[in-house]
Amino acid sequence: MSFPASVSTLNNYNDLYPDWTQREVSTGTTIMAVEFDGGVVMGADSRTTTGAYIANRVTDKLTPIHERIFCCRSGSAADTQAIADAVTYQLGFHSIELDEAPLVQTAASLFRDMCYRYREELMAGIIVAGWDPRRGGQVYTVPVGGMMTRQPVSVGGSGSSYIYGYVDSNYRPAMSKEECLKFTAEALTLAMERDGSSGGVVRLAVISEQGVERQVILGNQLPKFSTV
Amino acid sequence: MATVSVCKYYPGGFSFDNCKRNALLEADISKLGFSSPAARKTGTTICGVVYKDGVVLGADTRATEGMIVADKNCSKIHYISPNIYCCGAGTAADTEMTTQIISSNLELHSLSTGRLPRVATANRMLKQMLFRYQGYIGAALVLGGVDCNGPHLYSIYPHGSTDKLPYVTMGSGSLAAMAVFEDRYRPNMEEEEAKRLVRDAIAAGIFNDLGSGSNIDLCVITKGKVDYLRPHDVANKKGVREDKVYGHPVTGSYRYKHGTTGVLTKTVTPLNLEVVEESVQTMDTS
Repeated sequence: MSFPASVSTLNNYNDLYPDWTQREVSTGTTIMAVEFDGGVVMGADSRTTTGAYIANRVTDKLTPIHERIFCCRSGSAADTQAIADAVTYQLGFHSIELDEAPLVQTAASLFRDMCYRYREELMAGIIVAGWDPRRGGQVYTVPVGGMMTRQPVSVGGSGSSYIYGYVDSNYRPAMSKEECLKFTAEALTLAMERDGSSGGVVRLAVISEQGVERQVILGNQLPKFSTV
Repeated sequence: MATVSVCKYYPGGFSFDNCKRNALLEADISKLGFSSPAARKTGTTICGVVYKDGVVLGADTRATEGMIVADKNCSKIHYISPNIYCCGAGTAADTEMTTQIISSNLELHSLSTGRLPRVATANRMLKQMLFRYQGYIGAALVLGGVDCNGPHLYSIYPHGSTDKLPYVTMGSGSLAAMAVFEDRYRPNMEEEEAKRLVRDAIAAGIFNDLGSGSNIDLCVITKGKVDYLRPHDVANKKGVREDKVYGHPVTGSYRYKHGTTGVLTKTVTPLNLEVVEESVQTMDTS
């Protein structure tokens, strides 16, 4: 007697319960972070989907981990929320023990440890970015699978595929804060136009020695490209 | 006197032993042409809205077992603490037990802290439990309440993700209810307007979704007061079958009035029968 492959037949699909009531919630997403001299600029769209239904059209995917360290979340909403909560706790504890502000690299390492250890069970693509006194503004990317690497500019999520060309051709080292903000907003807008799982508003955050400034760019205020 | 005992290590996590048994039973039953009983689900429309003084939670009252209505008036708004209530959609048993477990733990926590529990605490407890079970506990919840930081509303999905929003809907009728919210929601509404909005959103779910039906329950939570309105609105009244005989209604009567069927012709034909054989058989009354 063999174990039949489909145990899921126990939850018989029937017309009363549409597909999206049984699908997992995912942050379809486009996320991005850029380093500049003195800090980082982070950006994300605001759409969370269950299948074809938008469960939350004003999601905040820029999650604070510590005072000057944020993370951008993409992948499964449940997985990334749980990981972010766990790392927030661990980093807070570590910071109290040290009695000083934690390093961005420490936060990124904590994310990497969790994402790599549980790589089979998790679906999470995270960009960790922030400012610390030792190394200034830093961006670390921890994609699905649990690798960790530092990059001057990083994009992630399902919408990122559409903007690699834009980012590669438009990024210049040593951009100012305003140039980074414009660059991020435009890149995210282009991705949101093309990716069905990304949309809503553009959320931006600038992290520097002075602290965190947050902005929202509403749908009608997004930068305009060709009207084709 | 020494006792040698071997400690059996019970690995943590969900026990899937019964799934194998269920799969085999399914296969056997379907060979005979029957289908195994479906878990009772609350087809459901549930929603919540934050208004000026607090939150209003709403739910329909239909529980389905496959395509049959198992309970026409079930209660989907569950008590968590005196200032926090939770609507549940998905598998009825899962929502019932999950809310009861968290309610119990929250009461203990509240006694330990000496404070009224916060909605964020209930949210944390629920999301951590649901994430631990990786979505196998089919509970989709709308959690609302008022605490020292004001009114709060969360939607919690079976896999453990949560969203904090001013208005949320869940369940199979959530699209119909969300349509009403997206049209008429405004920040800082008055209580009557908020109640009307939630009532209309649930009504949209009841009338446009097969998995939702019957009545509308409302729960209005403000600082220091909870109005549990069950039922707030009996949207679907069951009719009374009328069968008037001589002026008063008689249900289930099969008597027809004289003259209902008109007689056109009447023919009487006598049958002339001869008695051929006569035999008597005594009845056995022993």
